[in-house]
Amino acid sequence: MRREIPLFITFIIGTALVVALFIPHEPFRELDHQFSVWFDIIAVFAFILGGGNLLRVHVDRITRKHPDRIYSMVTIVGFLGTLLIGLFKFGGDPGLTGNYIAQGTWFKVVYDAFFVPLGATMFSLLAFFVASASYRAFRAKTREATILLIAAFIILVGRTPLGYYLTFWLPEPLQFLHIPNLSSWIMSVPNLAGQRAIMIGIALGIIATSLKLILGIERSYLGQEK
Amino acid sequence: MNFSDYFVLWVGGLLTLMIFSFLYRDNPFYKFAEHLFVGVSAAYWMVVGFWTTFIPNLIGSIYPPSVSWFTANPEEARTVIASLYDQMWYWRYGRIVPLILGCMLLTRLAPKASWMSRWPMAFIIGYAAGTNLTRYLQSDFVAQIKATLVPLIVFNEAGFSLGETISNIVIVFGVLSALVYFFFSKEHKGWFGGTARVGIWVLMVAFGAAFGYTVMARISLLIGRMNFLGSWLGSVF
Repeated sequence: MRREIPLFITFIIGTALVVALFIPHEPFRELDHQFSVWFDIIAVFAFILGGGNLLRVHVDRITRKHPDRIYSMVTIVGFLGTLLIGLFKFGGDPGLTGNYIAQGTWFKVVYDAFFVPLGATMFSLLAFFVASASYRAFRAKTREATILLIAAFIILVGRTPLGYYLTFWLPEPLQFLHIPNLSSWIMSVPNLAGQRAIMIGIALGIIATSLKLILGIERSYLGQEK
Repeated sequence: MNFSDYFVLWVGGLLTLMIFSFLYRDNPFYKFAEHLFVGVSAAYWMVVGFWTTFIPNLIGSIYPPSVSWFTANPEEARTVIASLYDQMWYWRYGRIVPLILGCMLLTRLAPKASWMSRWPMAFIIGYAAGTNLTRYLQSDFVAQIKATLVPLIVFNEAGFSLGETISNIVIVFGVLSALVYFFFSKEHKGWFGGTARVGIWVLMVAFGAAFGYTVMARISLLIGRMNFLGSWLGSVF
């Protein structure tokens, strides 16, 4: 029963949502909406599970006297501090009545001072790693690599003022070779064709996997235990 | 600027420098910022989920008067409570089901009871499978095929349009050749192999465009951080 009931739940939920597409009337339409809200509620518990797991891992590192335990303490302090400030709406309207992220709340300060700069800088750091990846990718060793290089170069230059100044002097009949125009054409024609083929391939894969899950053919998410 | 503005500017500036210090090598300042980011972002998403989903969709739905506990404006609270009572009672009390499933999900933290987490996992998988099947079937399969069925010879108001004709031919044969490349049930030889090779070129253009776009996005983020550092240092000196 530990495996049969979950398979039955997956079948019922998946089938109901597929049926809701073909019979968009009550009760299926409302069922579709309610399941979406239920999913969001369970997702909040998944966040709680993630937070619990994070605490468990870092408390474990501290108790085992791991060499990096000082950083685990930083994670725990950051986690618990943000959690308490957000849940109790410190600095906002009296009690719990205000907006949790309104201007003036401590949670908004944590968001602006910690969350935004850390997240944005982490992602901007990737610009440097992408630059080193470009060095490797931009070596035209094969015909395919050359095509990739040319497409990437035109897109990169075509979105900057340099692209405009390089070819703005071209006469009207050759304007299609103006780098910003060429960049737009690559994005909206050959790139579109490639992306569309990838999307169709991915869609076929997802449809097949979803059917296997709903029909109980794919069961790996249940784990190995009986 | 008040104290909280200075706090945001200084803490944000110092943390930005700590993250950038990784460009030299891994160091304690980077590790500090990295671990702080993990803790703060995990808690941030928990708080957002709690106030935007858990309270209104679960607590508020099961017990509508609770809305007034979390709303400063009594008029707004009354409107929300009235709309909640408009729902059928079985849908409102039905929210107890995800509450129970959510609690069962937490049993993953206790190895002996972790089998109970399969029920909410089954719900999540069933929901994802059901919605993805219909969504991808409509938007990424049928709609994309439909959008590819375009005229190969284009006439507009001014007469024959060479540009649009070439573009449409590239789109139709580009999609077909790239799909041929993904078809592995037949050996890529002869005309089939040649078409698959053209498909690879089309895919390479798409990858090149995606790569160029990603580089641009990352660089614009980097410029944003540099501007922030500039405004921070400008406030100091």
